[in-house]
Amino acid sequence: MNARLLPLAGFVLVLALLGFGIWWSQYHDPREVPSPLIDKPAPTFALPVFDDPPKTFGTKELAGEPYLLNVFASWCFACRDEHPILMREGKRLGVKLVGFNYKDEPADAKRWLAQFGNPYDIIVADVSGDVAIDFGVTGAPETFLVDAHGVIRYKYISPITPEVIATELLPRIAKLKEASR
Amino acid sequence: MRGCDRLLSSRSWTLVLILALCASVLSASLAFAIDPLPFKDHTEELRFQALTKQLRCLVCQNESLADSNAPLAADLRRDVFEQMQAGKSDAEIKEWLTARYSDFVLYDPPLHGGTLLLWFGPMIVVLAGAAAIFVIVRRRSRAIAAPNARPAGDAEDDW
Repeated sequence: MNARLLPLAGFVLVLALLGFGIWWSQYHDPREVPSPLIDKPAPTFALPVFDDPPKTFGTKELAGEPYLLNVFASWCFACRDEHPILMREGKRLGVKLVGFNYKDEPADAKRWLAQFGNPYDIIVADVSGDVAIDFGVTGAPETFLVDAHGVIRYKYISPITPEVIATELLPRIAKLKEASR
Repeated sequence: MRGCDRLLSSRSWTLVLILALCASVLSASLAFAIDPLPFKDHTEELRFQALTKQLRCLVCQNESLADSNAPLAADLRRDVFEQMQAGKSDAEIKEWLTARYSDFVLYDPPLHGGTLLLWFGPMIVVLAGAAAIFVIVRRRSRAIAAPNARPAGDAEDDW
């Protein structure tokens, strides 16, 4: 090999590496925290029901059916983008939609839901954020798909879009329903 | 009195206000950063500081748990503190965190299959460079030692 071509080869190699980095980052968010909880049992919890605080609701009541746990808060801007999609598509998901009100002022959350509507079948309130830490929540919105055995099957960070529902959620939900039949 | 009036002209008042505002903002952020925890003694505090410096804030990912003002970081600091009080070791606390947030929460990545390239990649690059230098130097010193045996056209390549 001609030694003159060596620097060129090195340059092309570096270029390929940078190109790969650009291509890779299109599909991978380096800031996204991978969840070690996928395919592991969801943490057990019993949290106050949002509109009826003395009552609690949690994994015990949810056992035996798949559900979607959606972490939201009135202080979360991205949740406003997600909310109309949940309002429109929530009932068509075919699973219970559990709202997880994360580190929120109850009065603020109430106002938020009155303004934008309530897409949830039930809402639990985690004011301290302790249960959210058990779920490995880093912010809102985040969405967990849990199966009938209480195992977390899928996690989605950032606002749900119609594409995410069509390509990620609905196929997984259909599979869960088939498995439980 | 005239001097005093001049001293507190509207412009100076603005300045005083700005300074007061800066001071309050600064002290507010400091108050957030140092959520006071009831440490037993100084050793425990040092251990807490050392441990939280090795942990990544998951919201502001360029900050350690020790430095971050994010509410989640404050919650996690409190959890770390409570577990220290419960007698857990540093390794156990790290395990508790990685069970929830994966290795991402550790600034020091553990050695396993997925991190082999990260750990040994730089060493491989340095070794490859050293090997290349060794080969080039030896080839040249041979060429100098035996100038007559040098093939024609090779002179071009010596740049």
